Amino acid sequence: MTVDHDHQPGWIGEALAEHDEIEAEGRRQLPLADREQQVLDRIDRARRRRPKVREERITMSHGAGGKATHTLIEAVFLDAFRNPLLEPLEDAAQLAVGGARIALTTDSYVVSPLFFPGGDIGDLAVNGTVNDLSVCGATPLYLSAGFILEEGFPVADLQRIVESMRNAAAAAGVHVVTGDTKVVQKGKADGCYINTAGVGLIERDVSLGVAQAQPGDAIIVSGPIGDHGITIMLARGELDIEADICSDTAPLNGLVAGLLGAVPGTRAMRDATRGGVATILNEIAKAADVGVLVSEDQIPVRAEVRGASELLGIDPMYVACEGRLVAVVPGADADQAVAALRGHPLGEHAAVIGHVREEQPGIVQLKTAFGGTRIVDLLVGDPLPRIC
Amino acid sequence: MRFVDEFRDADKAHALAAKIAALCEPGRQYKLMEVCGGHTHTIYKHGLEDYLPESVTLVHGPGCPVCVIPMGRVDDAIHLASQPDVIMTSFGDMMRVPGSGGSFFDANAEGTNIRMVYSPLDSLKIAKQNPDKQVVFMAIGFETTAPSTAMTMLRAAAQGLTNFSVFCNHVTIIPAIKAILDSPDLRLDGFIGPGHVSTVIGCRPYEFIARDYGKPVVVAGFEPLDILQSIYMLMVQLSQGRSEIENQYSRVVPWDGNVVALKAIGETMELRPYFEWRGLGFISHSALQVREKYAAMDAERLFQVPGVRVADPKACQCGEVLKGVLKPWECKVFGTACTPETPIGTCMVSPEGACAAYYNFGRMNRTRVAEAEVARS
Amino acid sequence: MCLGIPGEVIEIHPDQPDLAKVDVSGVRRLINIGLLTDDPPVPGDWVLIHVGFALSKIDEREAAAAMEFLEGIGQAYEDEINALKESLIE
Repeated sequence: MTVDHDHQPGWIGEALAEHDEIEAEGRRQLPLADREQQVLDRIDRARRRRPKVREERITMSHGAGGKATHTLIEAVFLDAFRNPLLEPLEDAAQLAVGGARIALTTDSYVVSPLFFPGGDIGDLAVNGTVNDLSVCGATPLYLSAGFILEEGFPVADLQRIVESMRNAAAAAGVHVVTGDTKVVQKGKADGCYINTAGVGLIERDVSLGVAQAQPGDAIIVSGPIGDHGITIMLARGELDIEADICSDTAPLNGLVAGLLGAVPGTRAMRDATRGGVATILNEIAKAADVGVLVSEDQIPVRAEVRGASELLGIDPMYVACEGRLVAVVPGADADQAVAALRGHPLGEHAAVIGHVREEQPGIVQLKTAFGGTRIVDLLVGDPLPRIC
Repeated sequence: MRFVDEFRDADKAHALAAKIAALCEPGRQYKLMEVCGGHTHTIYKHGLEDYLPESVTLVHGPGCPVCVIPMGRVDDAIHLASQPDVIMTSFGDMMRVPGSGGSFFDANAEGTNIRMVYSPLDSLKIAKQNPDKQVVFMAIGFETTAPSTAMTMLRAAAQGLTNFSVFCNHVTIIPAIKAILDSPDLRLDGFIGPGHVSTVIGCRPYEFIARDYGKPVVVAGFEPLDILQSIYMLMVQLSQGRSEIENQYSRVVPWDGNVVALKAIGETMELRPYFEWRGLGFISHSALQVREKYAAMDAERLFQVPGVRVADPKACQCGEVLKGVLKPWECKVFGTACTPETPIGTCMVSPEGACAAYYNFGRMNRTRVAEAEVARS
Repeated sequence: MCLGIPGEVIEIHPDQPDLAKVDVSGVRRLINIGLLTDDPPVPGDWVLIHVGFALSKIDEREAAAAMEFLEGIGQAYEDEINALKESLIE
């Protein structure tokens, strides 16, 4: 070991400076409370501060759907493009065009591997876009499909992907009406990236959004969670794990129509993709400034998904799905909502997993199967497998 | 899941909680330390503290081999990864730990090739697939994980691999426990002993704790009932004035440990004279390095490692949190300067660290499980 | 210390006896059993898995003993609660 430097890394200096700012604020505002509560308040203030991207470069965490992604979106994109239509940051934007109400969404698909048990990137591209439109209460109608292809990518693979998209579009009742193709040099694009945009018509009077969640509302998930994310992890082939798990990718427009028909008072729905169910619960808590309490033993998880998650040290609540929705409905309508979902093949295992409440606004709590409680916070980035 | 679900049965938990409460002497406070990060994780994940009476507090110890790695060593790892034609392999736990200039994820954004693996054996696969690259495995963990690194090295040697090496950051648990026991402000009554480390080293190494310091130790499993039962067993010892080593995790932990594993470690590694533990300072004979015999697989010999020491900022109070003197929220910078995204010290660095676990899981006024309350009255 | 999961040994690899296929809740994985050469597991045995290695065999008798203790405590507790309930009825 050599020199004994005592230099302070830049990011630490910044963190300490922020600490001083927050402390100063606190001294002005804080009522007398017991010490632990003071600290909790302090954390709350820190969390509510204006988001700032500290990193100089984009890292993989920024793409994971967790805290880093949210900070990036708010600090960079929302900040630059700010307008009332963008602010809600829902899965699709709700626009008034001519006399009609339209939902518009966009997504990019960069999954690797391209083909996996249960589907391929083409299925994800169509279903994912259809779902983003559906959960806003729109009838999905038209999609665009832009392809970025890597030099050397087999045409046969492209044909397979496109065929999947055709079948998925037919199943969902949508049409691909425009597109684009670009080719980039070998080494880029992982074979094939797909970008989509989707347009749907909002015919109901229904205005959905997570900010409308209210204390007493029930939170429902349409089926077992984590199937897609675990499938992809296993399909990457690095793990020497075999399991009968396949992606849950599916178009949810039929399921959504059934739910909205039975429970027109549905407050919000979200498509549980990257970041998993835990991320959506946090989005609800934050947007509506309410507390969320869910029960671990009510959350459906397939045995194999649980086994794989235990092996890897990952929590299924943060693992992506591609054919599941989370719905917030008035408490009195919970039973009808579940019945409506279960009446559809994709909602066979739908269940109420918890409720919205007044206490602890902004915080998601979980009652463990064991009987204790813990907080389910947003992760910074992807759930990482742990050895410890 | 067998051997898991049975030990997560809530009904039995109420029974154990009642028994624990019944053993509390009125007016006495009990502080029990769980040494191991995995235990901290289970405690928070299942909300176990809700089952404990007010007078029993759990103190989260330094058994997080990720957290105790000083920033300087993370910098050293990134330096290694930045060498030409190096692929570094690392467990997921390390990917977000920040060094002076950022974490492994940040380093990848700057151009290093640090890949996440699930087993040290994956490094060998990568080495074979990339004969023109040097694969350096970032080896971390206590005695639980060291045998796996050792076996991987032996396998590499047997296969004649020349492009694989290890950056060894394995640490040993006993010196850390001793450092805690020797600290003047120690206030602990007993220890929930490491579970998986004990499958390798057995239970004998803990005998000095009972014999020389008079504190009971119960080696515990990782399911919620294992931990509750272990706390119960500690409380029984304390109520009877005993201090002994007991093995609650006997279904997995052999009293004499795993001789094959210990031999593998002994063949490939040896103790360093001293090693810096973030939050605890320098501890002698507390970490492992690669033996001379396997020099060709020792990244520290193959490459020049800067070895610059980066001290934690003065504001950091991890040392006191680790020893149970301070609770996480009592640290002045907890939650403001020091958060999981900007961890200033070891306790916030990995999800098992006392502060991170509290921040992520435990941040609320605890609601005691009703039955435990009834049982006490 | 770290993450260790119980898994059932399904088969020993025919060509490489230090590898075994284990099953965890329907998920199957190949792991190295080289640390258990003193008492190698056979199909049907349960082992503790950590980073792709089996660290220890799970002793079913000890596991049963642990469960018995817990069940005993659970039963005693239930008896007490029932006794409590009965005395309240009066």
